[in-house]
Amino acid sequence: MQKIYPNAAAALDGLLTDGMFIAAGGFGLCGIPELLLGAIKDAGTKDLIFASNNAGVDDFGIGILLQTRQVKKMISSYVGENAEFMRQYLSGELELEFNPQGTLAERMRAGGCGIPGFYTKTGVGTVIADGKEHKDFVGPDGKSQTYIMEEGIYADLAIVKAWKADETGNLIFRKTARNFNPPAAMCGKVCVVEVEEIVPVGTFDPDHIHLPGIYVHRIIQGDHEKRIEQRTVREKS
Amino acid sequence: MAWDRNQMAQRAAAELEDGWYVNLGIGIPTLVANYVGDKDITLQSENGMLGMGPFPIDGEEDPDLINAGKQTITELRRTAYFDSATSFGMIRGGKIACAILGAMEVDEKGDLANWMIPGKLVKGMGGAMDLVAGVGRVIVVMDHTNKHGDSKLLRECTLPLTGKAVVDRIITNLGVLDVVDGGLKIVECADGVTEDVLRAATEATIV
Repeated sequence: MQKIYPNAAAALDGLLTDGMFIAAGGFGLCGIPELLLGAIKDAGTKDLIFASNNAGVDDFGIGILLQTRQVKKMISSYVGENAEFMRQYLSGELELEFNPQGTLAERMRAGGCGIPGFYTKTGVGTVIADGKEHKDFVGPDGKSQTYIMEEGIYADLAIVKAWKADETGNLIFRKTARNFNPPAAMCGKVCVVEVEEIVPVGTFDPDHIHLPGIYVHRIIQGDHEKRIEQRTVREKS
Repeated sequence: MAWDRNQMAQRAAAELEDGWYVNLGIGIPTLVANYVGDKDITLQSENGMLGMGPFPIDGEEDPDLINAGKQTITELRRTAYFDSATSFGMIRGGKIACAILGAMEVDEKGDLANWMIPGKLVKGMGGAMDLVAGVGRVIVVMDHTNKHGDSKLLRECTLPLTGKAVVDRIITNLGVLDVVDGGLKIVECADGVTEDVLRAATEATIV
């Protein structure tokens, strides 16, 4: 099966529908699928629901889809650093569902693994637990504790950024740019990946593959801006 | 009189034991890394890294290498990278020995509020709820009172909670207190601070 597409628009052709649910990889601006987000903007798809840890900044990442009012709802753990997001949220134009970061990651992983729900201690006794099933379990320390049930995420589409892919979609990520990309890839019915380099099959040591190509349906190679959100440095000692 | 930010961080660093895997929050907790000395401490960054190094030298920043505060950092020889689900697996699974984090309010039952002020802009809890629910020991480092001079150590938190009965120890500019049955217990007073001063600045029950 041919997984390689010439560009982001071609890779998303036939996959985008108004109101669809998209899981996106990335943490802050690190490891975000910037080319695919640009193609979704160009396609003009509307009323999108995004599961993504963050919402980008005003002019980069998911922020570019907020400017064009293409997003209906965000499921995120942290949405600071984005003035347009706050404006739309406070005016009621945008829905927001906060998930604790680990709960969001596990909801994606679980959905991708065919697990419809799981129990976690995270958020018990907070507003996050409101309306959710509570159940007591004996934990690894032998003590009974209360847990809440969280549901797995099944996304219509996953958009992901990796460092390198081979022609069959086996992926290798780089440093902390891995973050939400593997769990996001796993929970998509279709997963489209953008990479910095596509290499021939056999290039990777099979023991070094981070995400097997079974989760990957379409791949593009392109040039990435890879913007830094907070440049922090120290003096040369 | 009392401890400054660096002295609070230094006092918090004394809590860490050789061999621990530790997660440090932003603000004063970040300074704790400067005072671990010869102890073998591995820092976790919850965006997917164990073995977090210092900020890079100017010109060596890597957009693919950031910490949970989105700042550019460096790796160490021991560094390991992993995805977010694995990262919070080790947090939720109790593999991280200790988290040191800041707070807006802590109460005498160990409830913690540090993510949201109703009516103000809400940015989100990030990984804070997972950390306080999952790690072995939660240490809060914060000023004892807010800018109006009111105690941040309360009988009961007034802000929306990050976690219920999760805090083990509180380190402030005035001293160190533990959460115990019935309230807070004074462990130590800061340099030049008497127990009376510490008690007077604390709304929570001191046992």
